[in-house]
Amino acid sequence: MLDQLLPIIFLFIVVITFGAGMIALTQLAGFKAPKNSVKDMPYECGIPGQDPGTTKIPVKFYLTAISFILFDIEVVFLYPWTLIYMENIKAFGGYLLGAMGIFMCILIVGLIYELKAGALEWD
Amino acid sequence: MGKDILEITINLVKVAVIFLMMVQMVPLLVWLERRGSAFIQNRLGPNRVGPLGLMQLLADAVKFIFKEQFIPGNAVKFLFLAAPVIALVPAALAFAAIPLSTAISIDAFQAMGQTWGPYVINMQSVKMEVGIIYILAVSSLGAYGLLIAGWGSGNKYSLLGALRASAQMISYELALGLSIVGILMIYGTFDLNKMIDMQAGPLSFVFMGKEFIAPSFVPNWGIFFQPIGALLFFIAAFAESNRLPFDLPESEGELVAGFHTEYGGFKMLLFFMGEYGHMMVSSGLVAVFYLGGYDIPGVTPQMVNEFFTANVGGGTIASVLTSLIFLGCFVTKVAILLWIFIWVRWTLPRFRYDTLMDLGWRTLLPWTLGNAIITAIVLYFAKS
Repeated sequence: MLDQLLPIIFLFIVVITFGAGMIALTQLAGFKAPKNSVKDMPYECGIPGQDPGTTKIPVKFYLTAISFILFDIEVVFLYPWTLIYMENIKAFGGYLLGAMGIFMCILIVGLIYELKAGALEWD
Repeated sequence: MGKDILEITINLVKVAVIFLMMVQMVPLLVWLERRGSAFIQNRLGPNRVGPLGLMQLLADAVKFIFKEQFIPGNAVKFLFLAAPVIALVPAALAFAAIPLSTAISIDAFQAMGQTWGPYVINMQSVKMEVGIIYILAVSSLGAYGLLIAGWGSGNKYSLLGALRASAQMISYELALGLSIVGILMIYGTFDLNKMIDMQAGPLSFVFMGKEFIAPSFVPNWGIFFQPIGALLFFIAAFAESNRLPFDLPESEGELVAGFHTEYGGFKMLLFFMGEYGHMMVSSGLVAVFYLGGYDIPGVTPQMVNEFFTANVGGGTIASVLTSLIFLGCFVTKVAILLWIFIWVRWTLPRFRYDTLMDLGWRTLLPWTLGNAIITAIVLYFAKS
């Protein structure tokens, strides 16, 4: 376990050092010009900014995220099931297939309901 | 990690070298993309700096380093500076688990008054049994880099681009995760090395108690068992790495440049590294799942090793040369897939946002679910 974790931690440190080092280097080496209020404005193709960057967010994004969590749990359940299914396919494969079939049916009904209810409509 | 100081050092240096190789591929890919797009659009592309414009990479790097590092007034300074690094981390971590070639075995040798080795050095940063779970878990963290960049920039175009990016990434992650369920069932393992071993040799399978074996030039690759799964995985990989036709997060017509509107210089290059890193991880995964990884059709590592042992020299030298041959094969496969990424970019137009989400939820998700169910039923009748 530790054998697999140590290289990942080391790589993580290498990547962070590389990224932070390069950003620090370019901050030091880069050309420097005086700031002014026009330069500090958010970029909006040259017109004066209308509102701050933290605007209201459409609720559609939250709905998408909630649907994602439901179906992602399904994927998480499917992965260990594939291994168990292939190990025991000769002994009780039919039972495993049926069990996952019921689980999938519930989710597919949920997906159809979600599509019919218009939760994933973008206009 | 290793049993003595030399092996630990070799393994740690290998981790850093593979990461730097990945980083060094990025300027080369940018050059290939610019030359390739020029070739497709009947232009010349960068051709002034050095032969074929290859020195353009160095010129770009110098410019990136000496550009003014500008932080907009509205920005959240720490998030603004941290986001490019956070965008690079998932791609680098995911790339570490992809097996690049056959393992190198180093014979025992005498040095500094003691015996070292024998060692077996894997040609991948970290060898793990749950490789695919780890790659999916780590690479889905990529959405954080974009979201933090969008929030930290203090610009409404950046924020909208980041929101679109995260909604798109989570939508297509479902298709990405479900499209490989079929191939995982066929291999019955999460270990990428075992998958590559299983794809060696000629195409063979057992169906209804009878065994079929194809001639030796037809490889036993996953794409013959899961052609629809391979296509769906590749499409979802395009969306995951925010490439055209799915580059809605940075659609210039509507959002200026999306989440990296306020970024310039090396910070933007780090985002590029993240994006190209995701492309490399996706291409590597397609190669491992569906194209046999580093497997060469009709040639086994033993054959290559015996050839080098007979002609060049045995032991460590033969092992290193074998590993290089298979590394070349893997890199060729990944390069072809990366070229397809570039080719598609200049062939297909961009989706509209609602059609993009429709494609993810109404087309790819049902197709991947159907692919998984049909594979499970076929395997049940084939194996029992």
